[in-house]
Amino acid sequence: MVRDQQARITPRSARSSAAPRSARSNAAPRSAQSNATPRSARSNAAPRSARLKARWLAVGVAAVAIAAVAGLAFGPVALNPFGVAAELLNLIPGVDIHSGLTEREAAIVISLRLPRVVLGLLVGAMLALAGGCFQGVFRNPLADPYLLGVAAGAGLGATAAVALGASSSIEGGGSGSGLVPAFAFAGALVAVALTFGLGASGGRVRTPATLILAGVAVSAFLTAIQTYILQRNVETIREVYSWLLGRLSTNGWREVVLLLPYVAVTAVVVLAHRRELDVLSVGDDEAASLGLHPQRSRYLLVAAASLGTAAAVAVSGLIGFVGIIVPHTIRLMAGSSYRVILPLSMLFGAAFLSLADLLARTILTPSEIPIGVVTAFLGAPFFVLVLRTAKRVGL
Amino acid sequence: MNAVDIADLHVALDSTPILLGIDLTVGTGEWVTVIGPNGAGKSTLLRAVGGLLTFGGSISLLGTGAERIRRRDRARLVAIVPQTPVVPPGMAVLDYVLLGRTPYIRPLGRESRSDLAAVDDVLRRLDLVRFADRALETLSGGERQRAFLARALAQGAPLLLLDEPTSALDIGHQQEVLDLVDELRTDRGLTVLATMHDLSLAGEYADRMVLLAAGRVVATGPPRDVLTEKLLSEHYGARVRVIDGENGPLVVPVRSSA
Repeated sequence: MVRDQQARITPRSARSSAAPRSARSNAAPRSAQSNATPRSARSNAAPRSARLKARWLAVGVAAVAIAAVAGLAFGPVALNPFGVAAELLNLIPGVDIHSGLTEREAAIVISLRLPRVVLGLLVGAMLALAGGCFQGVFRNPLADPYLLGVAAGAGLGATAAVALGASSSIEGGGSGSGLVPAFAFAGALVAVALTFGLGASGGRVRTPATLILAGVAVSAFLTAIQTYILQRNVETIREVYSWLLGRLSTNGWREVVLLLPYVAVTAVVVLAHRRELDVLSVGDDEAASLGLHPQRSRYLLVAAASLGTAAAVAVSGLIGFVGIIVPHTIRLMAGSSYRVILPLSMLFGAAFLSLADLLARTILTPSEIPIGVVTAFLGAPFFVLVLRTAKRVGL
Repeated sequence: MNAVDIADLHVALDSTPILLGIDLTVGTGEWVTVIGPNGAGKSTLLRAVGGLLTFGGSISLLGTGAERIRRRDRARLVAIVPQTPVVPPGMAVLDYVLLGRTPYIRPLGRESRSDLAAVDDVLRRLDLVRFADRALETLSGGERQRAFLARALAQGAPLLLLDEPTSALDIGHQQEVLDLVDELRTDRGLTVLATMHDLSLAGEYADRMVLLAAGRVVATGPPRDVLTEKLLSEHYGARVRVIDGENGPLVVPVRSSA
């Protein structure tokens, strides 16, 4: 029995080290499992390693590639996916593959569709990462990226921009729409700043719950103002709602360029703390006794995730569901460590949103369905399916 | 050099004074158990030593003032097993114990080979190897307590703070856990500062006991000096008989004759 135990533990440490797997460490778990009692053998069948497995990473990258090619190939003009893939590879300097697409088709792929697909990937990655981050920081499975008032702030900003545009512009609402991203971004940041201010002024009881409650209060306050503005400017309702339900639309690479730096900063900050989020899952006291500064980490992570979310919301509107469903799906399928959840959420969130956008713009061509409707319509049943089939729950 | 030197320790929680001037020393390698009625401030004392509270007065750990020790360094000196540790959902025992290596892992780094070796060692020592891949929440109370202990041991800290380590366990597992702590103390030269409610059990394992009541130390010394009928009735308001046992006094509650 003692030898068994030794064999059981060796491969884990061997696997995680940089050294290549030896034949011994490959063989050990099998022999150990066959000797173990049936019950423990079953529970060992899917060991939950906190480390991200290469297999999952590969699946995630493949999902992003498939979603990107599908998003580029399908639309009002359907193109050959292989040609599209070749055309994509041709973007890499030094690569020149014959794609079989005409010049016009290649232009559709590269100039028209690619910016939108990239935007979808970035927004999806951002929202899913932020959602996973919030769930970890607040140790709350219901946390989503809009928890601290980002949605209400952005909503108010957008509404104000549309209303302002409608009343100031004589030619029509066109000029107001141009202001929407800037106003939404500003609104979201102001909302998060208010939430932080309120949460911090909670005095001696500065728990995660204080911050969440401050978020609720700020959201309610800003939503009230938004509703009032909306009610005073009824003619703008349609435009505001189309924004509220989410919409990926691009004007060349402008939105992508706007969003990219925020996504990069947020991703670096959040991913760098992925192990710390695992430590935070034992609570603030124990995390502090392990040498961390939980409060400091929490504020940093929440600030980073909120900044990224605000940027995403500014270019895409309020796309619900991605931030909450994608991280949970990963958790159920690949494990509950944030070292697994966060990187995979980025990949699968990107793929999911890109596919959702494809459906949003193709199902009812030439009109578009709001992407938020698609994400919920697809995401909810899929999530129920995952919940029912996943062996490990542990939300 | 003492493991812990506490002088005139004051702690207030929500501006309610909890500890009112505690003086206490714990020698290196000693097992000191703090007893006292509910609300006496036992857990608060432990948390203050663990650096989880702001306090007045002074606490020194291995000769260095606690306020001068950085949090990360302190985590290498002091390991705490709280009364009811948080059980993170879905976390495997191996990963849970690995959290104990946090003070040795660079802020943005990952576990090194030596971290994994330290955890392997602890898991083997506490007979947890077969649970390594199991989710912590699926373990029984006794197994869980061993896992909590394993995480604290993985910290490699010479000072172990145990807050009610046996409160959730049946009598057999209580003894098992305390025997284990005592063996580890000898093997690894640990110093143990614990709080306990079961007085007989506390007396059997402690080198020295500290009776805390209403935020002050009212008695300290070897178990025989602290576990007396007079002190216990005075500070616990309890009716007890104290019988001389093999390894220390045995405290037996008795019903009032009235």
